[in-house]
Amino acid sequence: MVFNPSPKQIGWLKGAIFALALVPLLRMVYLTVSGQLVDPLEFITRGTGDWTLYFLCFTLAVTPLRRLSKWNWLIKLRRMLGLFMFFYGLLHFMTFLWFDHFFDVQEMWKDVLKRPFITVGFIAFVLLIPLAVTSTNAMVKRLGGKRWQWLHRLIYVIAPLAILHFWWMKAGKHDFIQPTIFGVILSVLLLMRVWWAARK
Amino acid sequence: KLPGKLNPSYSTLEKQTPFKDATTYNNYYEFGTDKSEPAMYAGTLKTHPWTVSIEGEVKKPLTLDLDALLKLAPLEERVYRLRCVEGWSMVIPWVGYSFSELIKKVEPTGNAKYVEFVTLADKKQMPGVGSRVLQWPYTEGLRIDEANHPLALLTFGMYGEVLPNQNGAPVRMVLPWKYGFKSAKSIVKIRFVKDQPRTSWNLSAPNEYGFYSNVNPDVDHPRWSQASERRIGEDGFLSRKRKTLMFNGYADVAPLYAGMDLKRYY
Repeated sequence: MVFNPSPKQIGWLKGAIFALALVPLLRMVYLTVSGQLVDPLEFITRGTGDWTLYFLCFTLAVTPLRRLSKWNWLIKLRRMLGLFMFFYGLLHFMTFLWFDHFFDVQEMWKDVLKRPFITVGFIAFVLLIPLAVTSTNAMVKRLGGKRWQWLHRLIYVIAPLAILHFWWMKAGKHDFIQPTIFGVILSVLLLMRVWWAARK
Repeated sequence: KLPGKLNPSYSTLEKQTPFKDATTYNNYYEFGTDKSEPAMYAGTLKTHPWTVSIEGEVKKPLTLDLDALLKLAPLEERVYRLRCVEGWSMVIPWVGYSFSELIKKVEPTGNAKYVEFVTLADKKQMPGVGSRVLQWPYTEGLRIDEANHPLALLTFGMYGEVLPNQNGAPVRMVLPWKYGFKSAKSIVKIRFVKDQPRTSWNLSAPNEYGFYSNVNPDVDHPRWSQASERRIGEDGFLSRKRKTLMFNGYADVAPLYAGMDLKRYY
């Protein structure tokens, strides 16, 4: 089926996705402000981490979906999905800096260097920054398409680091169901690329 | 209702955690690993009839039903700090009596060096049993001198009420100087033994959870620092976490560990 939305329709679609992508944040704010949570800090920390992973999956799903469906216009949604991943990742990092260390950067560094699961999470977050910064059309132009693409392949490093961060976080309780699900989904999304690259 | 006479010498005057928070934010994996799950699913736990068998290296092994246990010694109310290994804490008024009262009753032999607490693991009543997070039944243990310390509370109630199921009804331990998971819930068997018993969390992750698991700000959990904690309902967005105290502030127990390297025996 070839479905080809007009630019106007894509505009509406992007607006709808933008609004939907803010729902998790609004829900966290609402539950916190209304006082329904015994431990809002833990809830927000977990929630922002989960949504970073969801948007990582959404972002990496665009290319495979596009190839399989031939809906080339899907590419127009990718930047926003990627930026929402960065947005929730930034909130997740901020919860760490705020709730865990109350903005004591020195203490934060100690934690980053000492605890492997935090180390890999931190690296994943730092690697996201250049991708977010170079997400504008002007930056794509300045870098040139090829170089921009190479830079953005960093996501293939970030994705496994993010899974490892989650995996190690859950390791103490042998509770690997969620990290496994994310791991399988991301592996499939990445292996499809390997497969296509190999056949070229 | 289950009132106890306040024991001021073992009670803190700190602000008590709201009943709602203490009964809806629980780690009780037999009912699910999410903290809200025990309150949702523990309704299926049948606490009547209930018997506890006390066996092993004792001169007078006993099997007591709940009424007999409740009458064994006068009930006291003790307001204890509770420090979870995860880095949060509460202040809870418990109702019970010192575990040492029970020890006196059964007369341990000279071979009784440790006490093992075995808890209920019934799939029919407990939907989380069967998950592979831990080995069931959940077991915990203490050295006999720790178990004899007057702070170790055999507990039947909280906030002047019978223990809610999600908090370990009908009978549990409360060991305020140790991380919360050391305090076994819904106890069915108490064994006095010669060798150090295996404990559930230690079996599951020996590098993270030691046999002693005393609250200790100087010994980090591998994945987080134990130097500070967040008091539920108090320390939130606007305040730094508070400092964790050695033995959770219960310096009385320090002589139990005199000469021990607490970094090694964590």
